[in-house]
Amino acid sequence: MLRFKKIVFQSIALVAIVLFSNFSSSAQDGKAIFQANCASCHNPIKDATGPALQGVDKRVPSKEWIYNWIHNSAKVISSGDKYANDLYNKWNKTAMTAFPQLSNAEIDAVIKYVNDYKAPSATPAAGAATQNGPEEDNSNMYILVTLALLVLMVILWKVNSGLKRVANEKQGLPNVKEIPFYRNKLFVAIAIILAFILAGYWIANGSIEMGRQQNYKPEQPIFYSHKVHAGINQINCLYCHAGAEKSKHAMVPSTNVCMNCHKQINEYTGEAEHPLYNEEGEKINGTEQIQLLYKYAGWDPAKKDYIRNDKGEIQATPIKWTKIHNLPDHVYFNHSQHVAVGKVPCQQCHGPIQEMDEVYQFSPLSMGWCINCHRQTKVQFENNNYYSIFEKYHQELKDKKRDGVTVEEIGGLECQRCHY
Amino acid sequence: MSQKQYWKGLEEQQGTEAHKVAASNEFSEPLPFDMSEGLLEAQTPRRDFLKYLGFSTAAAMLAASCEMPVRKVIPYAIKPEDIIPGVPNYYASTFVDGGDYCAVVVKTRDGRPIKIEGNDKSSINKGASSARVQASVLNLYDTARLRGPLADGKEATFEAIDRSITASLASSKKTVLLTSTVLSPTSKNAIQQFLAKYPTAQWLTYDAISYSGMLLANEASYGKKTLPAYHFENAKTIVSLGADFLGTWLSPTEFAKQYAQGRRVSAKNLEMSKHYHVEANHTITGAAADERATCKPSQMGAVAAALYNAIQTGATPNLGTEKLNALVKDAAADLKKGNGLVVAGSNDVAVQTVVNAINSAVGANGTTINWAVTSNYKQGIDADFVGLVQAMNAGQVDTLIMQNVNPVYESAMGDQFESGLSKVANTITFASHLDETAQKCKYSIPDHHYLESWGDAEPKSGFYSLMQPGISPIHKTRAYQDSLLTWAGASETYFNQWEAYWKTKLGGQTNFDLALQDGVIEPEQETMGGASFNGNLAAAMQQISATKSGKTEVVVYEKIAMGKGGAWSNNPWLQEMPDPISKATWDNYACVSPKKAKELQAELTSITEVVAAKTVIKIKIKGFEVALPLVVIPGMHNDVIAVALGYGRSEKIGRAAANTGKRVAPLMHYNGTTFVAYNDITIERTAETYEIAQTQTHISYEGRPILHEYTLEEFKKNPNELIEDRAKEIGHYASATPWENHEGGEKEAIDANKLAEDFRVNGTLYPNYEHLGVHWGMSIDLNSCIGCGACVVGCQAENNISVVGKHHVLKSQEMHWIRIDRYFSGMPDDADSIQTVFQPMMCQHCDNAPCENVCPVNATSHSSEGLNQMTYNRCIGTKYCANNCPYKVRHFNWMDWNGADAFADNLYEDGRRDDMNDELTRMVLNPDVTVRSRGVMEKCSFCVQRLQEAKLTAKKAGEPLKDGAARTACQQACPTDAIIFGNVNDKESAIHKVRHEQQKERLFYVLEQIHTLPNVNYLSKIRNAEEVIGGNEAKDGLMNDHI
Repeated sequence: MLRFKKIVFQSIALVAIVLFSNFSSSAQDGKAIFQANCASCHNPIKDATGPALQGVDKRVPSKEWIYNWIHNSAKVISSGDKYANDLYNKWNKTAMTAFPQLSNAEIDAVIKYVNDYKAPSATPAAGAATQNGPEEDNSNMYILVTLALLVLMVILWKVNSGLKRVANEKQGLPNVKEIPFYRNKLFVAIAIILAFILAGYWIANGSIEMGRQQNYKPEQPIFYSHKVHAGINQINCLYCHAGAEKSKHAMVPSTNVCMNCHKQINEYTGEAEHPLYNEEGEKINGTEQIQLLYKYAGWDPAKKDYIRNDKGEIQATPIKWTKIHNLPDHVYFNHSQHVAVGKVPCQQCHGPIQEMDEVYQFSPLSMGWCINCHRQTKVQFENNNYYSIFEKYHQELKDKKRDGVTVEEIGGLECQRCHY
Repeated sequence: MSQKQYWKGLEEQQGTEAHKVAASNEFSEPLPFDMSEGLLEAQTPRRDFLKYLGFSTAAAMLAASCEMPVRKVIPYAIKPEDIIPGVPNYYASTFVDGGDYCAVVVKTRDGRPIKIEGNDKSSINKGASSARVQASVLNLYDTARLRGPLADGKEATFEAIDRSITASLASSKKTVLLTSTVLSPTSKNAIQQFLAKYPTAQWLTYDAISYSGMLLANEASYGKKTLPAYHFENAKTIVSLGADFLGTWLSPTEFAKQYAQGRRVSAKNLEMSKHYHVEANHTITGAAADERATCKPSQMGAVAAALYNAIQTGATPNLGTEKLNALVKDAAADLKKGNGLVVAGSNDVAVQTVVNAINSAVGANGTTINWAVTSNYKQGIDADFVGLVQAMNAGQVDTLIMQNVNPVYESAMGDQFESGLSKVANTITFASHLDETAQKCKYSIPDHHYLESWGDAEPKSGFYSLMQPGISPIHKTRAYQDSLLTWAGASETYFNQWEAYWKTKLGGQTNFDLALQDGVIEPEQETMGGASFNGNLAAAMQQISATKSGKTEVVVYEKIAMGKGGAWSNNPWLQEMPDPISKATWDNYACVSPKKAKELQAELTSITEVVAAKTVIKIKIKGFEVALPLVVIPGMHNDVIAVALGYGRSEKIGRAAANTGKRVAPLMHYNGTTFVAYNDITIERTAETYEIAQTQTHISYEGRPILHEYTLEEFKKNPNELIEDRAKEIGHYASATPWENHEGGEKEAIDANKLAEDFRVNGTLYPNYEHLGVHWGMSIDLNSCIGCGACVVGCQAENNISVVGKHHVLKSQEMHWIRIDRYFSGMPDDADSIQTVFQPMMCQHCDNAPCENVCPVNATSHSSEGLNQMTYNRCIGTKYCANNCPYKVRHFNWMDWNGADAFADNLYEDGRRDDMNDELTRMVLNPDVTVRSRGVMEKCSFCVQRLQEAKLTAKKAGEPLKDGAARTACQQACPTDAIIFGNVNDKESAIHKVRHEQQKERLFYVLEQIHTLPNVNYLSKIRNAEEVIGGNEAKDGLMNDHI
């Protein structure tokens, strides 16, 4: 069973990794740069906080203009450039962040990426989901077959003993007095022992599972779809969960982060492409959910401005999300260790999050699950100078005695890596 | 093996029956289950067993059927830019309590301060901190703090109070502002604005612990009514006449840091200061001293005079005891060699004048005493305060405003002050608690805690330090400067004035930001300057010779943890911190010498520490008596009783402060110029007993040699003596062929490192474990350790260590992960022969740990980095590990100390008072460390959360771990840098260098011979003394049995 789980887990993880590396074949750099810098405000094919970028190089005055604009848009606007000022006014005077650090080549890569971009289809993750189905059917079938065979066995045994009795009577042999099975001492003893073992198994398993919440999918105060944001609109996970690289907490974003984009995006326009349904199958109106966000964020959509008190403070209230991924207090988990150092993709633990309208707990988050990964995962040994202190392993790598160092081998299974 | 033998108390020294029983018992009280033989005779019948079984099954079912709770995750509505949840922010700030000063760095997590460290950038405390500084963060979350202003004991608004106070101030004929020492220049400005608005107002400074004697003597001697800056690091000879400069005198953290610089001896550097100490009671400074002698407090002047004469004329001192005479003679000879420093703790002007004369004569001014930079720590003059009390009682004061003073409790004239208070129409206090004075005041306008305040300090002239808040005010409090400015009608707030002041002074926003970031603004180098003595020495000498000695005298001292009392009295961390010398918690008591205890016919059980019930004695002076339990302290002068301030507080100070000890301030009196203790008291034995919770009796080393001490001479002669001793003990087992005879043959120099390595590999049947990557190690220098206890409280703050309360300390259930063991040696009846050593003891993180092998559930195991790991969630509480630990450093959670899953108030049933199930107090907890619950074992983790964080930071930067990136809490708190910690595998690390090069001669491991392979090593104590007492069985009072 464990082995089976492992295979499923691995294949899902594999699918997730493949899925993420899929787009990267042609415009590797462009995609990465786009996701890290542009995706929070721009979509290649749709207007967001900023305009859709596909074909941008065709519509602007010149390539040089794009470079200047990206490096410092304010400068271009103040220079009196007509196209720039028109654009600025068209987008409600929303200033674009300056990216002086991007080189022209990098900008070219981004342009190439957005021009080549095609809307993703929703199929790959479906594959991951269906993989579970037939396997489960199989096991049910086995149970059914076993039960049918058992019933058949009992019937045959009964028939056999009945025939035997009849035969005995015919031959005049004395029949042994029949004891009903529930008074058969052997049977009772076996039944009791079996019941004891099964109950023990059930109780032990039950208590091990206590406090685990795999597949937990609570209803949230706002119907926030990760699929719409991270999947369809390709917003980088780290844009909202900025803590994942720096802190133990990945951090749920505050409303002002939402408003960076939602000042502009005030309706859900993907209805045709991706209608939203909740767990009960009820239709969800995306635009209404955005209005709900405005209430929390203290935003007046009519005036297009924040509601402020006398002191000029924005009247925002935090959103009380229901926490899905819970670890016991005695477990120390650090996101940055895994994301920044281990370079583990989010999906490895959180599953195909970009396919989830409502997020559920994908992994069991059990200790066995953690340990398993620590046993198998190879650390970023050679590209991080921290590990230079493990001279022995480096020597072995050089001598080709090993092809990598797992987390376990640098002490990743020791109690006080997670419990202190 | 060791040439010296130690005892942790008289019971061990005398081998009493009670001690033997206590030492052989695993638990200090009978266990709550029946141990009778045979199940049938058991008092727990079968039915009870079934009942319990049934109940627990039912309870387990109930618990199991419960749904998982729904948890919420609530992000910021608008996230502040500089806060990342889960990542600490550090702010440089300044700890100030009256004249007590420490530049600090405040660690905040998600907007709440959780830890205080010393600021490395400060040239005054140089990163050091004290127990009180470490504990000050808990005061911030004190539930007993006033939560808003009070008028006539009722809640009121600031506006209403301001209106009535401004009205009354206008008509007040005489207004007095009484403050403790004010270090802050901008606060002084605010006070001046207030005084300018009300010209009849007068500003007086009052220090609960008075240094008037010094201030007045300095005025007479040097024409400056101030204190100089001391430089113990420059001193080759230090003579202290009753000044506990490492514990409580003036600026102990600063001095401890300086002092330790002169005490770091190694085989290559044999330079070491010589410290002579004369005192009446036993302080940690006395314990650190090379030569120590005792005298009555009234004799201190005579000692100073004798020292002066010995220096000037070479006169042989005649002071009664041999040791004292010898000490004064030697000290005089050493002082004459130059680079000397004499300090005195006396508050008597005459004594301080003689000390000034000595310092002048030996040329201390300008070398070890700096008059070009002066200290501002204490500014109060006792006569001012006495004058105020008289004026108040005469009805001449209309308005009295008090800041950070509590004279009703603190002053010897508390009663008179209290009666005077009733004659003052308007009494206003800025006290944080409803303290003894605030209870009698009309208005209480609580000031912010320093962690909520903007401010600054000028501890030494020209040395500035800025204060910035780590949290916005929790309660409805107001900076006292703002109150004064409001009443002065100023248009600007204190914050605005403060900001403008510093921006102007520093020249612009950028400099201001930088200064705020650094926390301190200091000159590049301290200019040194001398002063010439101009005092009336003859008059002082005459006054001293006229001093009368009493039969029994009293020393009123400050405890390191408690100080004058103040808000510290309600700090459970400090209350439970064992006093370095007496090891007592939660109380004050009368310290007496063993001989005195015998004279008082206090039976052995109460003069020693095994039995907690102590005989109560009455201390009487004219018009006042106080009954205190007697605690025997070897090394006390026989005719002296020492009692500590800071206890006997009003119940309104808070739960921890209530019912601890007695108020002893009235044992002091005003002698016409300053406050001094009475020098003639009478004591009387009573039939009563009182339980004192002391900690060190809770464990016994069975007389095994665990300390090594040498005189500097011995060490010079043969630095390798310790290595040779170690080789004798373990050399045999270090050989790969122990069955052969290795004795005899040619004697060659022993390579200490090879010896240890061979012993590691060959001394066991287990295979040797290789430590790849990191191997953590700690080194503790017994020469630097002064026993101050900063590490104990630092550890408590960092690791969420529970306070257990007095009742449970009595049952030896205290939870401190690091304790400081104190060992005496010498003859108990001869105070001058007592030498005292401190040894910090925590989990030794043995590479071959006895605790790990015996755990039935693998809850304690070893890491590849050499950590002995304790996994709480696995522990089932068998306590086998604690039983098998030779160092006795494991602590079991007998109760749910932190209220992790307790009902609201059951925590306080048995005397626990830390408020840790209050939501406010729990804000102090470190979120990176699990809060332990009942039934699990815990112990020092080497601050594994810090090690993990340091490694993670290095990994994120893609760099190898830097030495010093990971520091343990005890190491960081230590004012004398006695603790070094790091990766032993890193050849460039300080710990590697100490072990393999710098200090390999002094290095030893405790109980090395049992092959536990500790990762903590100690460096032997080197005393710059003539002899180390304890080597001569006939005269040194060795332990009767053992070895």
